[in-house]
Parts: sequence; structure tokens; C-alpha cells
Amino acid sequence: MSAHTTEKTTVDVKSSVVRLRGVSKSFGDKRVLDGIDLDIAPGEFVALLGPSGTGKTTLLRLLSGLQLPDAGTVLVPPVRTVVYQEPRLVQARRVLANVTLGQRGKAAREPGLAALAEVGLADKARAWPATLSGGEAQRVALARALVRQPQLLLLDEPFAALDALTRLQMQELVADLCARHRPAVLLVTHDVDEALLLADRVVVLRGGGFALDRRIDVPRPRDRDDPAVTAHRKDYLSALGVTPRRPPLEHR
Amino acid sequence: MTTVRTIPDLAVPEFLGVKSRSRWLSLLLRVSVPALILLLWWYSTSHGWVSTEVFASPGQVVQAFWELVNTGQLWDFGLASLRRAGLGVGIGVSVALVLGLVAGLSRLGEELVDATVQIIRVVPFLALVPLFISWFGVDEAFKVALIAVSSASPMYAYTYLGVRSVDRKVVEAARGFGLRGWRLAVGVVVPSALPNILMALRICLGISLVGLIAAEQVGATEGIGYLVTLAQQYYRNDYMVLCIVIYALIGIGVDLVIRLIERTAMPWRRHGTAAG
Ligand SMILES: Nc1ncnc2c1ncn2[C@@H]1O[C@H](COP(=O)(O)OP(=O)(O)OP(=O)(O)O)[C@@H](O)[C@H]1O
Ligand SMILES: [Mg+2]
Repeated sequence: MSAHTTEKTTVDVKSSVVRLRGVSKSFGDKRVLDGIDLDIAPGEFVALLGPSGTGKTTLLRLLSGLQLPDAGTVLVPPVRTVVYQEPRLVQARRVLANVTLGQRGKAAREPGLAALAEVGLADKARAWPATLSGGEAQRVALARALVRQPQLLLLDEPFAALDALTRLQMQELVADLCARHRPAVLLVTHDVDEALLLADRVVVLRGGGFALDRRIDVPRPRDRDDPAVTAHRKDYLSALGVTPRRPPLEHR
Repeated sequence: MTTVRTIPDLAVPEFLGVKSRSRWLSLLLRVSVPALILLLWWYSTSHGWVSTEVFASPGQVVQAFWELVNTGQLWDFGLASLRRAGLGVGIGVSVALVLGLVAGLSRLGEELVDATVQIIRVVPFLALVPLFISWFGVDEAFKVALIAVSSASPMYAYTYLGVRSVDRKVVEAARGFGLRGWRLAVGVVVPSALPNILMALRICLGISLVGLIAAEQVGATEGIGYLVTLAQQYYRNDYMVLCIVIYALIGIGVDLVIRLIERTAMPWRRHGTAAG
């Protein structure tokens, strides 16, 4: 297997957990998604990049059933969970109750505590959400999403509001947890490096369709300065419309 | 890569968003229950299920209504009551709004205002009638004061609640941008608490009708509250029912006006999704 790219990944259709066919969605005159096809294999980690306002969140909302497509079909597995940019915890319930939200009875308690332990917050089970730091709250949100053992985990810029250091820790945590639980993941992010660090496959959404869709065959754990990783970076940046700045002449 | 994995059955995700209904269907559903009640009223009085001595028929009530219109009394009564209610509610609501804001926004304000107002709030305003008569006489001042007191307490309670439930992070952010006191209240807190405040206004306008009936029982010769006294005095069943109908119509009017205010004052409610 080469450490390089396979353009236009094709997944065996019968073995995918997400299947989008010809999905379109418009808001007013603006066609945000224009006949999109997407397949995600079980356990596959897909990162979705795209300039602001291109419809990444819209795509996630279609997958979680919060919005209906104007055309096309959306097929998803039965157990899906979402982590949003903000933690979205119920302020009036304790941390553990937030993690086991919607699950009844004492049986939910143990897995809830285990999930909290996995994100390193075992001692916060009885805390109130308002007393958590931003990173802690986001970890609770992650525990809440994982405790259901989803077949599809949707992450909408879950690290965007965190500081750089916490973000690095969270990225490691997510990589770790996903490697252990192996849900299919769709991670929306603005950060090319984050995408290249975490994902099996990185997709760029632009102008209503996918501008770039590549498998990243670099073994894990990955190093962000690994030449095999940085080789992709330029392509993704240009697919996102970021042209490298010309070096100032006087310094050359 | 030949790990065997069981593929779950895929399905279209269950729609979790808000279903939008056509406006006409929504209107139809809204109107249907009152229309049914009206129909039942008409049918039961015209088929002798209910004696018109006990409950006047729609026809009799309409006739009584035209009587009032033709003598010009409806106009005079309505105007007199509107003036009293408008003035009373205006005063009561403004004072309560300021108190609610002060109590909700500042710690000191809460300590000074809230406990006292909560105690006074429990006193039924009808218990104040004799006292107010001895202070203000039986003229306009008494009536306006009674309505003002009646509408102040719901306004205070809802404003306080509304201010307290404004997102504290947003308030902190606004403070950080240098907004203080009056400008913080007008620019951030009141708009965010507007749903509660408008709900309070609905309730205040409803309660002001109670205030009107109580106030116009004494020393009044006109007013829609006085109409109740009149109907009672002459034992006119058609007028008794007419009063109910008029109050119901006022209720519809109030509801429409508040809805209109909500649409224009809270345009953000009609746009956007939870994702923002
Ligand atoms: N409820 C809505 N009503 C009208 N327009 C909407 C609505 N939701 C989204 N849009 C529009 O659809 C486009 C895509 O929105 P979306 O939130 O999916 O973008 P995004 O790719 O997630 O952007 P970002 O990276 O900034 O989060 C935007 O132009 C937005 O203005
Ligand atoms: Mg988004």
C-alpha cells in the first residue's frame, strides 16, 4: 500500500453505514447542497472540510434528522449521536444524568460512569454542568455521545471553542476512543491539520459538492510534521481556496 | 483489510425538526374549537335543551348587542373602560417593569425589592377596594389605581423571571463591552426577556378586566364593567351573556394585538434553527 493518495475513494456500497444519493438542500435561492453522493464504511473516520457557510452543518443536520432534504435519499444506521460545537448540556441535571440522558433506570448508571472515566471525568459525575470548564463540558458531551455505542458519530466542530492545548488533548482523546469503539465518524472541522491527523478520509465540501475526496493512508499514531501528512496539506488548502502567500521580496 | 463487520440496517433518519403546517390549516384548527362551542350554544338554545331564561340564545344576545350599539352606549362604555384600563395598566405595568428589572438585574435591587413585592403580591387586590375608596373616593382615581395595582403584580413576577432567565453569559459579554445599567437593560436584557414580558402583558390585560368589573361596581354610570352591574340589577339574562361575549371578544382582540407585537418585536423567533 502506498503512503499516498487514492483519488475518489469508492466504498463497497453494500457495506456502508451512511448512504447519501443525490441529496440537495436549498435555503431560499441558495443551493447549499447540490446532488451529493456520500458513502461511509463502518468504522471509517471521515473528516469534512469546507469554507464557512458551505453547508457542513446542514449536511450533519440532514444526517441527524433535524432537517429534511429537498431531494435525494439519506440512509443512516439506527444508533447515531452528535457532539456539537457547544456542549449543549442540560444545566438543570448533574453530569452523570446528562451522560445517561434519555436512558432509563439504574442499568444506565454503570456505562455512564465508565464513559465518564474514559474521558477522564470520573470524579465529576455529581457535578453541575455550570461548574465545568469548557473542555470538561465538551468531554462530557463526548461521553454522552459514546455511551450509546453509536454506529455513526457526528462531530460538528467539537473542538472549535477550545484553547489550543485542550484541543490537542481532545484530538488525542477522540482518536483514542474512536480506535477503541470504532464507530463510523463524520467530523466537521475547519482545521486541515486536525483532519489529516485524525481521519481515514478527508472530504472538502465546496460550491454544493465535494471538491476533494481522498483516503489518507498514513499509519497511526500520526505526527503532524510527517512528510506523508504534510504532502496532503497543500492540496487541501488549495481545494479550500487558500493560496499560499507570496513571500515578501525584500526579505529574500 | 478483511475485517468482517456486521452492517446495521440503514434507514432514513426520523425527522426531529419542527414540522411546518400550512397557515390555513393552522388557522382552521385554531378556529374550530370556538366555532364548535358557538354551534353547540346555538343548537342547544334553539332546540329547547337549555331554557333561554337560564342562558340567552345567540339571537337574543345579538339583539341586545344592537340595542347597545344603537343607543350609542357600547361606544361610550367601551371608551370609558378603555381609558381607565389603559391608564391603569399603563401605570401598573411601567412601575412593575422597572421594579422587575431592578430586582432581576442587581443584587441590591433584589434584596430591597423582591421580598417586599412578593409579600404584597399575595394580597388579593380586591381586598384593597374599601381602602382605596376611602383614599381616592369613588371617582376615576380609585378605578385607575385599582387596575394599576391589579396589573402590577403579574408584570413584576414575569419580568423578574424573564430577566433572571436571560443567558448570564450573554449579559457578562455585554458588560464586557461596556454596557451598564440602563443601556444594558434596554439593549440586551429587555429584548431577551421579551417573551416573558409579553406573556405578562397578556395576563395583565386579562386581569384588568377583573379590575374593571370591581371598580365600575361603585360610582360608575358607564363602562363595560358597569354593564355587569346593570345586567344584574335588571335581571337581564341576555345582557349577562352579552357581557361574557364582549369579554371573549376583548380576549380575541388582546390576543391578536399581542401576537402582532410578538411578530414585530421578536422577528428572530421566526428565523433560524437551533444550530443558529
Ligand atoms: N435555517 C436557515 N435559513 C436560511 N439559511 C440557512 C439556514 N441554515 C443554514 N442556512 C444557510 O445555509 C448555508 C450553509 O449553512 P451551514 O450552517 O451548513 O454552513 P457551515 O458549512 O456549517 O458553515 P460554518 O463552517 O461557518 O459552520 C449558509 O449560507 C447559511 O446562511
Ligand atoms: Mg457549521
